Amino acid sequence: MESLTFDLAQQALRDLNQYLHNEAKTASVKKVIVANPDGAHNIAVGLDCPVDVEVVGHAGYYAGGMNKTATVTINGSAGTGVAENMMSGKVHVKGFASNGAGASAHGGLLVIDGDAGLRCGISLKGGDIVVGGSVGSFSAFMAQAGRMVICGDAGDALGDSLYEAVLYVKGNIKSLGADAQIEPLTETDISALKELLSAAGPAFAEHDPKSFKRVASARSLYHWNADANQEY
Amino acid sequence: MEPKKIITREESFGYDRKTLDYIRNASAHGLYEIRGMGAKRKLPNFDDLVFLGASLSRYPLEGYREKCVTKTILGTRFAKKPIELEIPITIAGMSFGSLSANVKEALGRAASEVGTSTTTGDGGMTQEERQSSKTLVYQCLPSRYGFNPDDVRKADAIEVVIGQGAKPGGGGMLLGQKVSPRVAKMRTLPEGIDQRSACRHPDWTGPDDLAIKIQELREMTDWEKPIYVKVGATRTFNDVKLAVHAGADVVVVDGMQGGTAATQTCFIEHIGIPTLAAVRQAVNALEDLDMKGKVQLIVSGGIRTGPDVAKALAMGADAVAIGQGVLIGLGCNGDTYFKDGAHHSAEKDYAALGTAPGFCHHCHTGKCPVGITTQDDILSQRLSPDVGAKHLKNYLKTLNMELTTIARACGKQNVHHLEREDLVALTVEAAAMAGLPLAGTSWIPGQGY
Repeated sequence: MESLTFDLAQQALRDLNQYLHNEAKTASVKKVIVANPDGAHNIAVGLDCPVDVEVVGHAGYYAGGMNKTATVTINGSAGTGVAENMMSGKVHVKGFASNGAGASAHGGLLVIDGDAGLRCGISLKGGDIVVGGSVGSFSAFMAQAGRMVICGDAGDALGDSLYEAVLYVKGNIKSLGADAQIEPLTETDISALKELLSAAGPAFAEHDPKSFKRVASARSLYHWNADANQEY
Repeated sequence: MEPKKIITREESFGYDRKTLDYIRNASAHGLYEIRGMGAKRKLPNFDDLVFLGASLSRYPLEGYREKCVTKTILGTRFAKKPIELEIPITIAGMSFGSLSANVKEALGRAASEVGTSTTTGDGGMTQEERQSSKTLVYQCLPSRYGFNPDDVRKADAIEVVIGQGAKPGGGGMLLGQKVSPRVAKMRTLPEGIDQRSACRHPDWTGPDDLAIKIQELREMTDWEKPIYVKVGATRTFNDVKLAVHAGADVVVVDGMQGGTAATQTCFIEHIGIPTLAAVRQAVNALEDLDMKGKVQLIVSGGIRTGPDVAKALAMGADAVAIGQGVLIGLGCNGDTYFKDGAHHSAEKDYAALGTAPGFCHHCHTGKCPVGITTQDDILSQRLSPDVGAKHLKNYLKTLNMELTTIARACGKQNVHHLEREDLVALTVEAAAMAGLPLAGTSWIPGQGY
């Protein structure tokens, strides 16, 4: 059997996640289709095997949360915290994403074709995020590691209190957060952008990597400093 | 005749020596003070309560012989696998980073030997900790340092930390001296930076969101593991109600006496309410929702002795959690450390920090003279897991013996049968906060006669 469908209008979310945590690891099923999600929360959370999950419709909070190795595609929009704490694998939102997309992701790739809400990539810990549209305010807040590509605009306080994560923005940045600064784009950055845009899909590969701005930490908040005017 | 010169020494109440030192320090450095331990100010606490032992109106149990049950079960509301403990005294969350790996191992070994749980902290789960702890509670904190699904699956329970008694509304701190290569790697941070943890969770913002977050953790763990919610004591009545509504199996309430390894002094001393007041509010909230006994309550923050444990249980807690007392049991603030079969003086190392045994709150420096709150390779060897586990086991056993002794004196065959009716308060303040009658009266301040 190549694919299996869970119809959330008829079946419980618990049955879906139970299957994905257990039988999916050994079954011959390569693809699991989630029909009628109707904005259900916690679809396909905590996966730990290389299964393909396709959500046909909109997902609620935490879709693909804490993912390891699985590929989760949402053919609709996603609620708060999509792919939060992802470790590896891929989550692709074909619509828009709400707040906290990719929060604290340690690895893997999150692709959002549309816009993302507030705090996209907050607390990022090594994951990669590519957003086709714009991101809301406080995105990449305290992002520690990983990369975020924003093909549209960024809202207020982008990259506030950044650590070692690197952000690439094609459009306008409304304002930078504390300790974030725009830096010259290097050849390494251009290579990284090519890789990330290519991994995100054909539509993203049309963006010219040289048209992005690099945002990274000025590292002036890494240590306590009496002259820092209490910016922290 | 010249009048005799008198040096006046009338100290100002408002500008006492402590306040003068504070202002001079602020003027010199332009930075607030950061330190370890909990509130040092005098607060109403469990010492302000006493038990009404059995006499003619109550029948006591024989203190040394008769059975007194201490078994404690936590997480019975939704979890398929509730936590079963032999005693109602647990080890509070303290991070690897603030504590050495040796200490985390010692905590796990001692807790396992006496049949209780340990808790991770703001820095993830170490291998030593998991291996040595029979029952390990894994914290999900705002920073999410080291938080990962593999460790979620390895844990016995998950504790969503909203706040900490030492700093409700604030995030953790770990100054650069303690951000060693191993700590940095676990937290995905550059080595040696002054780390400031987030104070808000990254993927939810209020109690309605928390309900969905808890559901995510349940789905993630196939509804097996209890989910705790920990709050720093402030608006405890409302916070406990909201935690219950969000679906918590267990609520942990941490009063302002709770310790810390590094927090601004203004937080430690000026934000939060005493544990005594928080317990009553928490129990009131559970009773108001008819959830007493369905959602378990763990109380922490300044629990030091067996009588403290007994009083917390009598007021309505199901268990307590201890952090600072546990560290003191391991040797914190002791004048010696034990290594290679002998005691060695640590006084010079305290002096180098500008302090002395009994007064040290310098956990934030990473230069703990007795090797507890440090990541330094040499200092951390001053506390071996063997010695630490032995001392801590003795401490926990002592508390449990005192707890059962008090319970028997009150005529209880089970420590969980201790009740508010067994307690009275010695001060008006404690009576008001705890909602108990002033000793020798039937007066509960605020509740009439």
